[in-house]
Amino acid sequence: MGMTYIQKLLARACKRDEVLVGDILELPVHLAMSHENAALVINQFQEIFRDTGQEARVWDPDRIAIIFDHRVPAESSKTATNHKKTREFVAAQGIGKFHDIRGDVGGICHQILPENGYVRPGQVLLGTDSHTTTHGALGAFAFGIGATEMAAVWALGSILNVEVPGTIKVVVNGELPPAVYAKDLILHLVGLLSAEGANFRVIEFHGDTIRDLSTSGRLVLCDMSVEAGATAGVVPPDEETCRYLRDEAGVADELDLFAADPDAVYDRVVEIDASQLEPQIACPHTVDNVKPIAEVKGKKINQIVVGSCTNGRLDDLEVAAGILKGKRVTADMRMIVFPASWRIYRDALRLGYGSDLIEAGAVVCNPGCGPCLGIHQGALGDGETALATTNRNFKGRMGNPGAEVFLCSAAVAAASALTGVISDPREEN
Amino acid sequence: MAQGKVALKLGNDISTDIIYPGRFMATVLPTETPEYAFADDGEFNQRLISKQVPPGSFIVAGDNFGCGSSREQAASCIKGYGLTVVARNFARIFLQNSINVGLQMIICPDIEAGEGDELEVREGKVWNLTSGNFYAIEALPQARQAIIDAGGLIPYARRLLQERAVG
Repeated sequence: MGMTYIQKLLARACKRDEVLVGDILELPVHLAMSHENAALVINQFQEIFRDTGQEARVWDPDRIAIIFDHRVPAESSKTATNHKKTREFVAAQGIGKFHDIRGDVGGICHQILPENGYVRPGQVLLGTDSHTTTHGALGAFAFGIGATEMAAVWALGSILNVEVPGTIKVVVNGELPPAVYAKDLILHLVGLLSAEGANFRVIEFHGDTIRDLSTSGRLVLCDMSVEAGATAGVVPPDEETCRYLRDEAGVADELDLFAADPDAVYDRVVEIDASQLEPQIACPHTVDNVKPIAEVKGKKINQIVVGSCTNGRLDDLEVAAGILKGKRVTADMRMIVFPASWRIYRDALRLGYGSDLIEAGAVVCNPGCGPCLGIHQGALGDGETALATTNRNFKGRMGNPGAEVFLCSAAVAAASALTGVISDPREEN
Repeated sequence: MAQGKVALKLGNDISTDIIYPGRFMATVLPTETPEYAFADDGEFNQRLISKQVPPGSFIVAGDNFGCGSSREQAASCIKGYGLTVVARNFARIFLQNSINVGLQMIICPDIEAGEGDELEVREGKVWNLTSGNFYAIEALPQARQAIIDAGGLIPYARRLLQERAVG
């Protein structure tokens, strides 16, 4: 019987000819990523070794990545102390893939991993962050786990009891219309599937639209696959995958490229005609509460946020800067921009996007996760409304349960910054 | 087995931002996270902190409980009060985190119960003693049950580590 892309990946990882959906596997781990919650992973890791008589050493320091991104630079003494303990652990264990709070190598974990060439097709990649699904864009089986699970991975080098997931095949054909982006496509899909529609399953992306989509756009699709409950999202590797890895991520070694079998069995097949898509908005307080922009146009907004692991990449900043260049963010609006990495930030400065955004009135913060989940900068006031290119709009998400968050593309965000209300980027504002 | 009252009744898609708001994530230790359980629901948070919710009480929820973030604090903060979560189903990462840290959780696809109802868990069912109805529990896969039986992932992984060091 044919296998899906992830079935084939898991069979290779376990050196088996075949795996079936529902099989329980212990998987070797190629890359194990954590951010600030490494502080808890370290605690649990040391607990595992307690009273064993064994020295608490990680299984392979070269396969562990730690990136500070959630609260950078530290917003409190508590965070600063967690950072300090983690740095000490990194040094003691010799962990190589460590990205501290620095303008040369820093950024959000889900951008740092791809742009540094840490992600490869065929990998089993785990992260203590739900948006670890992002890395499926480069053909890895990448998913989020909790801190204790990660502690066991650090100790054992494998993840226990992984159930081979079923797969939903999403086939997208047709050309995306002007001002419609990967973000609109994934919001549409999450609305279609619902917040739990892909629970315990993988979303495998296919079709002409995906083939023609840049890695940046594919990262958006896989990042937000988790918002439909998916264990992972994945784009089987192709020419664009190789181009990105070679040209942008500096990967020189041989790549393990393979495809799903033509007769693979899927739980469900969803077909989308991209040419019919409009800009989409996820309305409060669930990501699957998705509407075409026409239904929410005119809604008053207090704060625009462009950034995050979802839409803080160079093409997002280019789109936003293109709309805002020479214009002004409306007077009763705050606009916050936080690029996904310092490499992107530097490129945006070099290309002039930074000054376009700042001169228009936007505040360009350092790369980090803070505003997206309301833990550092950009919190909302009581009764306020934000329109953001981030990934979640749950009640309380931006630091205030009495506020509302709408989600959109960078184009909708920038167009709305000029008007103060949710605005369609296809119309002249 | 367990018997207690429903302390909180919730709907579908209860996110980890509701259970443990992101702004408290710098607090990581299971001994410290309970203070911020349901912090944005001031009333329930206060009932928990002031010990008005006895251990063994239940939280009853709909579909997709614990969706969103991988933050383990969302499981450890509830465990700290000795509560059991009964939901129609759970989001994947939350489910696994609960198993790993030893939070009592029950998948009960048809559960019907309101706040104040008395529930009892026995014979593979949740009995609503107030309404007189009972609802089947969906068993966990054996591999996951083994972690629960070991008392959580830390003792389970410790045992494996020792076995492998010897083997």
